Amino acid sequence: MSGIASNALRQVSRRCLKQPASAAGLLRNSSAAPVAGISQKAARRGYVSATRKDNAKVNIDTAIRADQKAFFAETGKLPENQIVPGTSANADAMMSPMAGVLKQATVMDEGQRPIYLDMQATTPLDPRVLDAMLPFYAGLYGNPHSRTHAYGWETDKAVEEARQHAADLIGADPKEIIFTSGATESNNMSIKGVARFFGRAGKKRHIITSQTEHKCVLDSCRHLQDEGFDVTYLPVQSSGLIDMKELEAAIRPDTALVSIMAVNNEIGVIQPLEEIGKLCRSKKVFFHTDGAQAVGKIPIDVNKMNIDLMSISSHKIYGPKGMGACYVRRRPRVRIDPIISGGGQERGLRSGTLAPALVVGFGEACRIAKEEMPYDSKRIKMLSDRLLNGLLSMEHTTQNGDSEHFYPGCVNVSFAYVEGESLLMALKDIALSSGSACTSASLEPSYVLRALGSSDESAHSSIRFGIGRFTTESEIDYVLNAVKERVTFLRELSPLWELVQEGIALDSIEWSQH
Amino acid sequence: MSVLSGAKGETAQQARSLYRQLLRQGEQFAAYNFREYAKRRTRDAFREHKDVHDPREIQELMQKGLKELQSMKRQTVVSQFFQLDRLVVEGGKTGKQGGRRNNLVRQKDTGWD
Repeated sequence: MSGIASNALRQVSRRCLKQPASAAGLLRNSSAAPVAGISQKAARRGYVSATRKDNAKVNIDTAIRADQKAFFAETGKLPENQIVPGTSANADAMMSPMAGVLKQATVMDEGQRPIYLDMQATTPLDPRVLDAMLPFYAGLYGNPHSRTHAYGWETDKAVEEARQHAADLIGADPKEIIFTSGATESNNMSIKGVARFFGRAGKKRHIITSQTEHKCVLDSCRHLQDEGFDVTYLPVQSSGLIDMKELEAAIRPDTALVSIMAVNNEIGVIQPLEEIGKLCRSKKVFFHTDGAQAVGKIPIDVNKMNIDLMSISSHKIYGPKGMGACYVRRRPRVRIDPIISGGGQERGLRSGTLAPALVVGFGEACRIAKEEMPYDSKRIKMLSDRLLNGLLSMEHTTQNGDSEHFYPGCVNVSFAYVEGESLLMALKDIALSSGSACTSASLEPSYVLRALGSSDESAHSSIRFGIGRFTTESEIDYVLNAVKERVTFLRELSPLWELVQEGIALDSIEWSQH
Repeated sequence: MSVLSGAKGETAQQARSLYRQLLRQGEQFAAYNFREYAKRRTRDAFREHKDVHDPREIQELMQKGLKELQSMKRQTVVSQFFQLDRLVVEGGKTGKQGGRRNNLVRQKDTGWD
């Protein structure tokens, strides 16, 4: 009992000792009113005050403020605006290093990272896709071709599910999907494979393609030309569409393959796949289409369109990079000479162990693309209209390619009297490209735009805007503002623009030769 | 996903709760584009299905929403681990603030002529 009493006394006395210290700074009513009587008594007994942790410390903030005040009183200048001679630091930083440094650090109201508007080059990986992929990097590491244990079975099951999703997206049978490393490999496999298989007999040695194809198709054809094949590069109309009559005329009895891309990667023009497919089927020619930019973005049905071979890319539909697929029709069967031979995976057309994580990611991307297609296309159309209307409302701008048959996510606009590359440099806060990523390193004008019959100047001054699932309205508005502002600025610098404003036609000028 | 007005009582309550959770979780994405997409998609999906009355369909949509929520919970964490700079368009403020206090840099130059 006495122990408790003395304990209570000790506590009370401790509290009283604390009080004068806090009372020095702040005026406040005593909160310990009920015990005040006892505490008064007890307080008198103590003559040694308890030490507090901070008592001996110099308060830096107060000291610095006093210094600053003294500095101001003496010089009449704010220390933060004074540079100490011989250093680049201001007086403020010299007085209190930390405070000075912190003030120097920029408060980031706006970020620094550019807006991404290059969805034709690649698209960001959808978080839902990553979510599906992660288990295969974290624990499910079996080889999908292992038939003897559960590790193999579980990944094999996931791979087959992914194949089903990919097939559903294009209306095919899962057995007709061959996983590859990307659309470039698929294109090579289809074109070289078909040509070599049917060329072997020496009967069918002709291939038809168009001038606006992707580089990998054109290069494969060039390669086949060296092997002795005959290749027709169909010209396109000024709208970017191919002429069906010309195609029909180009088909010969020994034609093995027609390769026309579905959606152009630079101007976004959608070719009339259904008509081409019908024509090819009636002429008994195989029809290959490069659907890298089309699959998952516009509805595609391989049976309705009579497509025999199609290349699909995963990273254009918010899937992982390094993954793709090739659709190879089974009925009527398309026979291919495989480029990669080995263990006989993927029906022997593309040997090599599959990467289950990538395959599953691709499958999930296909599933999401199919599910979200109505929502996404509606939204992309809306954003695209907004962008296009804004850009075309500026003077001397034209849209490249057909204005009816184009995929709205790809907007290619020419700004006359502005150099495209310099506009890209001026638009550092927006990630854009003047053409396909493969050719953007060179300063050559885009061969696609040249094929449309655009002049060199027009081809040089064109910029491609890619809109995707994750683009927002505010980004579009920002881009519109930035482009308007900087195109005007660059035109003000240009002597050509001055001439145009004065009403002089540039064609009428005779430039002196140096 | 589901109804905010159509369903009665408990289901409506659950749907509202799910909606709020999805929105709140979507806000956690570090990347601007994903964050905006998550919020927009959630809002649009609920709006699209606001007139669903069939209890079975409502259940299915709720299940789908829950699955999305779980996936989003994982992905927001991943996203926060790998943060990048903010986009130029983010923030939505007009003025750029410099290092010093109380001196917003005006974007519009005034008083030059």
